[in-house]
Amino acid sequence: MEKTLNILILRSQAGRQVDTLNTDLLLKLEFPSDPELLFVVRGAMERLTERMGFSERECRSVTRAVDEAVTNIIRHAYRGQPNQPIVLTCYRLPELAQGLEIVLEDRGEPPDPGRLRGRSLEEIKPGGLGLHYIRESMDVVEFSRSGGTNRLRLVRSLRPENTIQDS
Amino acid sequence: MQISVRRIDKTAILELTGAIDLSSSPEVRKILLHELRESRTPRVILNLEKVKYIDSSGVASLVEGLKASRDIGSRLLLFGLSPLVRQVLQLTRLLKIFEIYENEQQALSA
Repeated sequence: MEKTLNILILRSQAGRQVDTLNTDLLLKLEFPSDPELLFVVRGAMERLTERMGFSERECRSVTRAVDEAVTNIIRHAYRGQPNQPIVLTCYRLPELAQGLEIVLEDRGEPPDPGRLRGRSLEEIKPGGLGLHYIRESMDVVEFSRSGGTNRLRLVRSLRPENTIQDS
Repeated sequence: MQISVRRIDKTAILELTGAIDLSSSPEVRKILLHELRESRTPRVILNLEKVKYIDSSGVASLVEGLKASRDIGSRLLLFGLSPLVRQVLQLTRLLKIFEIYENEQQALSA
């Protein structure tokens, strides 16, 4: 797989939906498991969450969760191999449940169930903190595996005090 | 990520610039642990003023550095934490385990 980043952005700057695409789809990124691309993923998530009307703190929080999730895929699912596929897809939740749904898919090894449970913060040691950051940031964290594909679903609601900045 | 090292007497001041994430944390870890385990520097100060982002792998490198410093009886001090870096350490209850100062002068005087 070449070191490429495919970006599919489904809303124009004027905020109009592209007719032929899923109405809830906001963003899709396909990229290799290269740590050097993490800053690109963070940049995309920062802009997207800003555009959706999340507060500055929430933008940072959601961006961090996605960054940590991609880091986990690179480190654990692909064991550091830099050319394996990762797909990040973001959907706008239906109007009544305003917010953002993020789905991360990879074809790497399934996670160790023990690692999915996370670890206690009482013990001061390096490692095992990524999942904690993800859980702190997101309202829903769901993992599933089907047909050799790992799928992590993250959901973050827009809090009532925020408004959606849609033109 | 850029890392520069200054030395004042028996203190090494590591200035980190950029994001500490999976692409850069191995280098941070390597330099930090070399300073502590190989050079046995009595006091290592990390200047984080120009760190815009830190992820769990970066935090893990700092924790490993802290443990290494305790193992050899030296000190690891931090200063210049941005609100974002502070928040990341706070979320994992690590803020209180580090020696943290506002600026270099305070860290050098500590």
